[in-house]
Parts: sequence; C-alpha cells; structure tokens
Amino acid sequence: MRKSGGGRMWSLRFGRSIRGAPSGGASHWGGLSPGSRFTQAAAGGSDGRQEAAGDPRRRGRVYQNPTWQHVEQRPLPEKKVTVEVLDHLERLALVDFRNWEGVQRLEKAIQFADQLHAVNTEGVEPMDSVLEDRCLYLREDNITEGNCTEELLRNARETVEEYFIAPPGNIPLPKLEERDTFLQVSE
Amino acid sequence: MLRVSLREISAALKEGRVSPTELCQRCLSFIKATKFLNAYITIAEDTALKQAEESEERYRRGQILGDLDGIPVAVKDNFNTAGIETTCASNMLKGYIPPYSATVVQKLLDQGAVLLGKTNLDEFAMGSGSTDGIFGPVRNPWSYSRQYREKSVQNSHIENEDSNWLVTGGSSGGSAAAVSSFTCFAALGSDTGGSTRNPAAHCGVVGLKPTYGLISRHGLIPLVNSMDVPGILTRCVDDAAIVLGVLAGHDPKDSTTVQDPFKPFELTSFIDASKLCIGIPKEYHAPGLSSETLALWSKAADLFENAGAKVIEVSLPHTRYSIVCYHVLCTAEVASNMARFDGLEYGHRSSMDKSTEVMYAATRREGFNDVVRGRILSGNYFLLKQNYETYFIKAQKVRRLIANDFVNVFRNGIDVLLTPTTLSDTIPYVEFIKEDNRTRSAQDDIFTQAANMAGLPAITVPTALSEKGLPIGLQFIGRAFQEQQLLTVAKWFENQVKFPMIQLQGMMDHGHTICHHQKSAFFS
Repeated sequence: MRKSGGGRMWSLRFGRSIRGAPSGGASHWGGLSPGSRFTQAAAGGSDGRQEAAGDPRRRGRVYQNPTWQHVEQRPLPEKKVTVEVLDHLERLALVDFRNWEGVQRLEKAIQFADQLHAVNTEGVEPMDSVLEDRCLYLREDNITEGNCTEELLRNARETVEEYFIAPPGNIPLPKLEERDTFLQVSE
Repeated sequence: MLRVSLREISAALKEGRVSPTELCQRCLSFIKATKFLNAYITIAEDTALKQAEESEERYRRGQILGDLDGIPVAVKDNFNTAGIETTCASNMLKGYIPPYSATVVQKLLDQGAVLLGKTNLDEFAMGSGSTDGIFGPVRNPWSYSRQYREKSVQNSHIENEDSNWLVTGGSSGGSAAAVSSFTCFAALGSDTGGSTRNPAAHCGVVGLKPTYGLISRHGLIPLVNSMDVPGILTRCVDDAAIVLGVLAGHDPKDSTTVQDPFKPFELTSFIDASKLCIGIPKEYHAPGLSSETLALWSKAADLFENAGAKVIEVSLPHTRYSIVCYHVLCTAEVASNMARFDGLEYGHRSSMDKSTEVMYAATRREGFNDVVRGRILSGNYFLLKQNYETYFIKAQKVRRLIANDFVNVFRNGIDVLLTPTTLSDTIPYVEFIKEDNRTRSAQDDIFTQAANMAGLPAITVPTALSEKGLPIGLQFIGRAFQEQQLLTVAKWFENQVKFPMIQLQGMMDHGHTICHHQKSAFFS
C-alpha cells in the first residue's frame, strides 16, 4: 500500500462509513483520544509496515502478505472409488448415492482430505475430545423420566399398538443394476 | 424501539414504558414486514402471545423472573422445541414436533423469554451461506440497507434490486438476519465450524461461541458431537453476556458439560489495557483475505497498542490444516449422527418397504439433500477399516496439534487472540452459488474453524463497514472458560469502534422517537 495515499484513503473510508451512523459523526475510530491518534496511526502506520522486522514498531503489526498458500490438490493416484468400494459404502451409509455425482463428490472429498498426509504426526496421540482431562459426569442410575409411550409413538409414521413397524430385515440391498428400476418407482 | 439493545428494552419493560404484549406484537408484525428475508421457518405466534401475556402478568405483580422476562427471542431450527415444529430445514424432519425442549430453550423460557419462532438455516447446519435448506435461502438485511444501496449507486451498479441480494453467511443465517433486522433481541444459533460467527460477521451483529462444555447441547440436533456448541447472537456484547449468564452451567442431561459452577457476570466498561496481551496469529493472514479486512485487522491491532496493551505476533503453525482436519472429522461424525434418521421412529418415511435396507436408503435419499448425503458418504469412507488409520486417526492427531498450538500460545502470556472472522464482506447470492457447498465451507470457515477444534471461546464483533457499505467483523479467541475476560475485551473494542446501526429503508418501525438516545443505541 502506498504511504500517504493509503493512510488518507483509510481515514476517508472509515469517515464515510461513520458519517452514515445516526449519531451524526460524533463517533470516531481512533482509540482513547479523539482525532489525533487516528491520523497519527494512519499516516505513520503505512511506513512501519513496509519496513523489515528490525523496526520495533513492527511488533504489533499484521503481516501484509499471506503467510501461506493453498496447495495444488493432486489428483488421486489410483482410482480409489471403485464399484466395490461404492457398493460397500452404500450398504454402510444407506444414502443411495451410487451415481456419477456421488462418485464425483466422494473423490473430491478424498482429494481434499489427502492434504492431511503432509502433516507430521509422529508420536502424537489422537484427540477424541477437548475435555479429555476431565472426568465424565455420570449420574445415578435412577429412573427420572419415562412413561411417555404415547408421545414417542406420535411421531412415527407406522405403528401398531405400542410397536414401531419396520419392513422385513436381513434382505440385502439390490445390486446396482436392479436398484435403478427400484428407484424409478419411488421417484 | 425495536432497535435498542436487550439491556435497554429490559429496562423499558421494568419501568413500564412498554408492555411485553405490545413488544411481542410489534416484533411479530415486523417479522411479517420482513418476510422476504426468509429468516424464519416457523413463527410461533399463538404461543409467543401467550408467553407475552404471562410475562405481562408477572410484571404487573412485580414478580419477574429475570432480565430476559418478556424479551422476544428466536431460536435456530435445529434446537428441539416442545410443541413447535423443528425441521433443521430438511425434508427428513418436516412436520416433526418434538416432545421435549432443548435445555437451552427451556432455560430461556424459564427466564420468561418470549419465543417468537424458529429461524432458517442450512440443512442440518451444513453449509456457510444459509442457502441450502429446503425453505430457501436467507437474505442478508444489509442488502436492503441504505448504506449498501448508496454505495451500489455510487459504483454505478445498475442491477435489478430484487435479484442481487446478499447471503447472510451460515449456517445460523436466519438467526443472524433476525437479530440484525430488529425482529428479536437475541437469537440462538449453533457453532460447529463457525456457524454462529460467520453469519454474525456478515450481518453486523455480535456472535459468541462459548467454550465447549459450558453450555448444554441436550436437545441440539447434533452435527459433530465433539465440536458443536450452542451459539449466541445479539446486537451488542453486553447482551451476549446476559444471555450467556442464563444459558451456561452444568446440565445432568448432557454429560459433556463441565461440572464447574458457573457464575454469571456483568461486564465493566473500563479495562486496564496495559495489563492486556493481544496475540496476532500470523497464519491468519490466509490467501484470499481481502485488503479491507486486512486493513481493519491492522487498525484494530494499532488500537490496542495505542491503548497500552502489548500486541505480539504469534504463530499457530497448523492453521492451514484445520479445515482439512475438520472436513474429515466432521464428515465422520456426521455419518454417525445421521444414522439415527431411518424413518422408523420419527421423521420422514419412504413408502418403499420391500426391506428395511431399501426403506432406509429411500427414506434417506428423499429426506436429505445432496450436501448431507455427500457428507455421510465421505464420512463412511473415512471410517472404513482400511482408511480409519490414515484418515480418521490422522485427523484426530492433527486436531491435537492444532489444540496444542493454542495451548502454547496462551501459556506464553497471551490473553486474547485477535483475528479476522471472514475473508471479506458478504457477496451476492448469485455469486455465492457458483461454487459448491463444500468449497464454500472450506473457504469461509478458515478463521473460525480452529476455535471449534480446540474448544475455545470466540466472539466476533462488528467492526466497520467495507467500501460497499457492508459489515466486516473481527474475531477474538480467548482461553477456555475465560468468557469474562474475552467479553470484557470485546466490549471495550466495541465501545471504541462504534459500529454504525443498519438503516433499513422504508422499514422503520413507528415510535422509534424513543430513540432520542440513538448514539447509545447499543450500549451505555
């Protein structure tokens, strides 16, 4: 940023926005004493920023340039998302995303996550919770609430007496080819 | 009158200058007037009026429950509210009426607050724009502000007024828009990766993320169990402190809340800045940071230094990996948490019932949108036996490194960290949707995410308007459970910057002649 131009530009910009306030410009953004410190900081500030780390005023300064850059994401080396993997995932996730779009999303997600491998985690323990140093609260094993069967059943779509109804289980999901005809019915 | 702070309206109620029912009615009519913002999903008009009447009775008898008695508030739609539909902006829970209220909601109601309604969000709080819910995107009230409109004209943007509105940020966009457009005095959001602070910065309100474990998550439909916290959105830091005082504390129903007793505090207006040590993490100058935000950040650092505080540059070396780490941990936990939605006990149920698996798959396909399903799928991938070590455990190790970064910084005498909240001011919806949800989240959560990783409290304070006339906020990150110190610093900063009030054209409420004290519109 240019020295004098930059300083003045900032004060003008903030002044403009403050003028819009209902208080009619009585407010100013300059610390404890009115006016002077603001212009002082604005004018002097830009100089301080351009200088090297040896400048004592640089201590409280914000870096003027980004301190890191995004890493170019490498495409996946081998095809990680095969049909078998997708089928397996579907059985676990049950979200019915076994189409081209699902595969694309997954691949992008894996690509993004692969950046983690750049971090050296030698000797580091995994962290489950930030409260790991504390003892988990366990209350007494006494019944404090319940008897709300009606309330709970009210939200379910299909019930019979006091039961939730589920379709028959232990039937594996249809294979990818058969599933498509299935879906056409439901959509 | 709706523009004043919570503290001021509370005083007005106590002095009888306004009644709770009148206040409630005004807010409800204002909500109707600002319907185009799409900030609310459900408006609980009848229950709100009833609560207001009960509050009025208490004021009459002189037996009020506390500072929040009679104050209209809004709650994000992923908090359970007994008797009021809770949808999480998803087809999966459309029409779901919970049989119980979340602890935080109950605490607000026990203090006499009037619950106006449930606010809009990204589906299941996944997103950074509040654009992906089934009820449509939320519009930023600043799109209609005089400040923004004037600048648009100056930049000779000849646009169709209605089509170039701005996003609120996410995922608690509805809550932020509700507070920002004066329809309520405080709102609850949730914060998993910055979901409270991001929209707060974009909508020019205060967004507080408390320490993980301070406020109960019972009743908050979970996204990431190890990072979620209920967030507080208000118009000024003082109000946030009042609401925090009501909500914080141990809850036997949430075993992840700490058992330390919490003492509600009042913030002082004066701080001895010379005793303060502010840290500026250099890695937070990330690629893509706008020059305006950078300038404001520098200005803020100067402000503290001129006041006598020590302002030191610090390093949080693993900042750049926090988004990647979050991506893995979030999708993994989401995969686990979303497993409860199978259509059997509550929520949407598909009519396909050849087998349980088919029914589950169809229900979840119909109930969730692509974002949610994509995350569940990715999460399951990272949790596969062959990937567990390389992705999930690795991410957990990186999380510890990130948390340790903060521990080291705070151990070296830093009291509070000062960082930007977002990369820039908000952008029009048509620009926002050019990138997909995951990319946007990765871009927008970059400054807010690490505080969730480490479980630290953070607050965003609206600082100044950008060249376009839109709010930019700066974030303070504090030590764990040191909300008092954090909020004190934030309040002092807020007093210094005197962020201008939004001027909504043609939507002024009547009777705002009470605001002769407009210069103290936020705080005393």
